[in-house]
Amino acid sequence: MYSRAYRFLVALPPILWVSLFLLLPYLLMFAHSFWTVHDGLIIHHWNLSNYATLFQNPLYVQVLFRTVRMAAAVTILSVLLGYPLAYFLSFRAGPRKELLYQLVIVPLWISYLVRGYAWKTILGSDGVLNGFLQYLHITHGPVSALLYSPFAVVLMLTHIYTPFVFLPIYASLEHIPRPLIEASQDLGASPRQTFFRVILPLSIPGLLAGATFAFVLSLGDFLAPLLVGGPSGTMIANLVQSLFGAAYDWPLGAAISVFILIVTLALLAITQRIEMRWSKRWSLE
Amino acid sequence: MTTAPPTAAPLPSGATLLEVRAVSKQFGARQVLKTLSLEIAAGEFLTLLGESGSGKTTLLRLIAGFEQPTAGEIWMRGTRLDILPPYKRPVNTVFQQYALFPHLNVSENIAYGLRASNTPKNEIAARVNDALDMVRMQEFAAADPARLSGGQQQRVALARALVNRPELLLLDEPLSALDANLRKEMQFELKSLQREVGIAFLFVTHDQEEAMALSDRIALLRDGALEQVASPREIYARPATAYNAQFIGQTNLLRAIIREGVADCGSFQFPYAGKDASALFSLRPEAITLAEDTPQPADPVRFSATIRQQIYSGATELLELETTTGAFLRARIASRKPLSGSHDFVFSVRDAIAVRE
Repeated sequence: MYSRAYRFLVALPPILWVSLFLLLPYLLMFAHSFWTVHDGLIIHHWNLSNYATLFQNPLYVQVLFRTVRMAAAVTILSVLLGYPLAYFLSFRAGPRKELLYQLVIVPLWISYLVRGYAWKTILGSDGVLNGFLQYLHITHGPVSALLYSPFAVVLMLTHIYTPFVFLPIYASLEHIPRPLIEASQDLGASPRQTFFRVILPLSIPGLLAGATFAFVLSLGDFLAPLLVGGPSGTMIANLVQSLFGAAYDWPLGAAISVFILIVTLALLAITQRIEMRWSKRWSLE
Repeated sequence: MTTAPPTAAPLPSGATLLEVRAVSKQFGARQVLKTLSLEIAAGEFLTLLGESGSGKTTLLRLIAGFEQPTAGEIWMRGTRLDILPPYKRPVNTVFQQYALFPHLNVSENIAYGLRASNTPKNEIAARVNDALDMVRMQEFAAADPARLSGGQQQRVALARALVNRPELLLLDEPLSALDANLRKEMQFELKSLQREVGIAFLFVTHDQEEAMALSDRIALLRDGALEQVASPREIYARPATAYNAQFIGQTNLLRAIIREGVADCGSFQFPYAGKDASALFSLRPEAITLAEDTPQPADPVRFSATIRQQIYSGATELLELETTTGAFLRARIASRKPLSGSHDFVFSVRDAIAVRE
């Protein structure tokens, strides 16, 4: 057994780290969310006016709903892309598995900004996609709606978060003991039945983890709307950024941040509970 | 959903159920099965016995449909099986690690095959109930597989396969994950269950004692080819090859020179009708007795030997003998007081079985 003093000393650095760089900033943010700004000064007077603004001002409500819709769209699209990809790699790729896995992972190593600018060059008025569509005579002039729209933001975020969705799904598929698949076939289940009755239920924890990643990360994203979103593609994080910047309304920005944080934590708590319950029941140890 | 083709009335016991016709299987450069042919009769308990790597599990997987033969065909009651996907074959498997579905409880696991074939709900309930009774797992109907012991999981796996009423059940070393005591108990249960349901069992094991205890017939595999297919009694009493004789039970392999109807082993000779050549004989240790014991075996062959070791094991003991020409033999005799020095021993000519090398 280690002495109390030793244990205290060992625990001190991480406790200090977490308090200084995590708890303290959050506390400050939390406090700010109850203050107000007057004539460019932060008034330390506690009230709920920021939260009232957030839920009553049509601008914030509209952007908030748009953000949730876009994050949901990104989540659904990433799952629709990531699940089949993970399924193919885990069950059908054979000896090419390792290579394909690396190819899915590689985009994660490329700067977010680079990928953002790549989409700009693809979607822009004189971009690759418009040029291609005109070359095929599908359109006769550049389609300006491609870039600077919620569509562009969802496209870019889907591109960026699909690997994040792919990874946990792939891990959960890889963890399904292969004899279970054989047992299902052996008992007369067609490949379709095997998928829906064995593979899908056993990959739900991975699916949930992946979907949570995509949703939570999209919800707080501000770079994609900044780069390819335009005014119609603005998301809640862009408002926070401007409130902390040019608009100089830290208290309102803090209130929005606190709200996003609560939504995110609630979501994480729920999905984690579901995951825990399922995997606990299944552990065959 | 298509599943097993509708089967006609059950075959009379003893009629050929499954035919493996000249099946070969190649994994890369390695030939795992070498033009192997085997027939399984309706209602019989056939064991595929062999060391690991002998190809026994591969043969089972070929029949179940998890592997495709490189050459040859598999037929079952006039239907060619090897061209069907696993889910369309009228066979079921008990897997080595049971492979119970962790997200389904015991009843749901057992009902899985019936649900896949869209059996009516009330029939599923009745048959699952019967299956639970059969393996005495009624009280665990709603339990998750993860909460069951090895033996209980084993029973559920059996019920899950048998509830579909296959004509052939494939068992891939189903007892190997159990500890020794439970194994013996499950052997007994498995055998009585097989008699009760009358379904043909194709049982894979590397344990020769288990094979002897359970089987109607044993198919002994070695390096992807069949060495001998016979009843346990016959395979023990009349092994076809030296490998068989050593793999199933213990034996003494005697090298003899045959000349003019006499087999000469050096320190003793016995009559053997065969052409002049070198030959190998298997002589089980229990076939050798002390010459002073009565009654004498028929057609006795006498020899004298020095007792080098005496290993006591309860009702019997094993003697290690050195003959006058320096060859070593083992004899299993009824226990007695310690022996030493030179003694006369005797065995019956009928117990010396000529085996292929």
